[in-house]
Amino acid sequence: MDSLKKDKLIIAKKKFDSRLIVGTGKYKSMSECAKAIKFSGAEIVTVAVRRVNISNKNKPLLMDYIDPKKITYLPNTAGCFNSKDALRTLRLAREIGGWKLVKLEVLGDKINLFPDMIETLKTTEVLAKEGFRVMVYCNDDPLMAKRLENSGADAIMPLAAPIGSGLGILNKINIQIIRKQTKLPLIIDAGLGQASDATIAMELGCDGVLVNTAIAKAKKPFEMALAFKNAVVAGRQSYNSGRISKTIMGNPSSPTKGII
Amino acid sequence: MKKIKIKVNGKVKTVLNNYKLSDLLKYLKIPIKKVAIELNQEIIDKKRTSNIKLKKDDKIEIVHFIGGG
Repeated sequence: MDSLKKDKLIIAKKKFDSRLIVGTGKYKSMSECAKAIKFSGAEIVTVAVRRVNISNKNKPLLMDYIDPKKITYLPNTAGCFNSKDALRTLRLAREIGGWKLVKLEVLGDKINLFPDMIETLKTTEVLAKEGFRVMVYCNDDPLMAKRLENSGADAIMPLAAPIGSGLGILNKINIQIIRKQTKLPLIIDAGLGQASDATIAMELGCDGVLVNTAIAKAKKPFEMALAFKNAVVAGRQSYNSGRISKTIMGNPSSPTKGII
Repeated sequence: MKKIKIKVNGKVKTVLNNYKLSDLLKYLKIPIKKVAIELNQEIIDKKRTSNIKLKKDDKIEIVHFIGGG
């Protein structure tokens, strides 16, 4: 069981015990979000960069609820539809307090929220050259994943289904192909709906999962956060344990010798 | 004293002609350590805001982290 303790998620040379990354959007309040993070056991949370509300000076700040010294903030580029906006957003994020580990997501399609891979590739290259450590939201095309890797990405984060759809993993084969071809951290980023989806992702060999809506919009977000935490651990342990091979024949579990 | 119009986070504000960026941040009670600031699309070194005099039609963006997926 010692191997489990040593089994850390390593992203851009940083080590993490938890393989569950959670988003901080869509919660009813910041305190609800902070509590859900605690239940999830996540050590990395995604955050968005937005204008400060200058007309309400006393509005609470995310940093007052989630301490960036204890939890790794992963600034994202949600809402960016081109490379220029994504770069601007992440350069600002870095300026807030030295954040270099970032999540790049350049969307191309407002209806399905699919990533624009041409813009994503271009942006990854620029960010990597500027010293950012880039975790990249991408589609499930193994060829694109390879190109991202060659462009300097620090983690490949394909969708399992459209963002916020809750459909679960629709592309198991592609995820497995990407798993086989890359040593980079592979993290499922989008589309999960329930805890078992996270287990399946981990059993496919993913290094982690990123979940927001499935927890934030569950009827009981705290319970769901805990369920996802356990599901990720279970899936990882299952993956590490080496599953049996599949057979279409029955194979009795009890000895056939000595039957009375 | 002459007044000038500037834009802060998309909203028009009228300030005194000799207003500095640091004065504006103080007036808006901005927690400097938790934000990033852009002046006309260029990121500003937060330590140097008292050296920057605001000019007519300057566009200032002050951003921070909020919840997001």
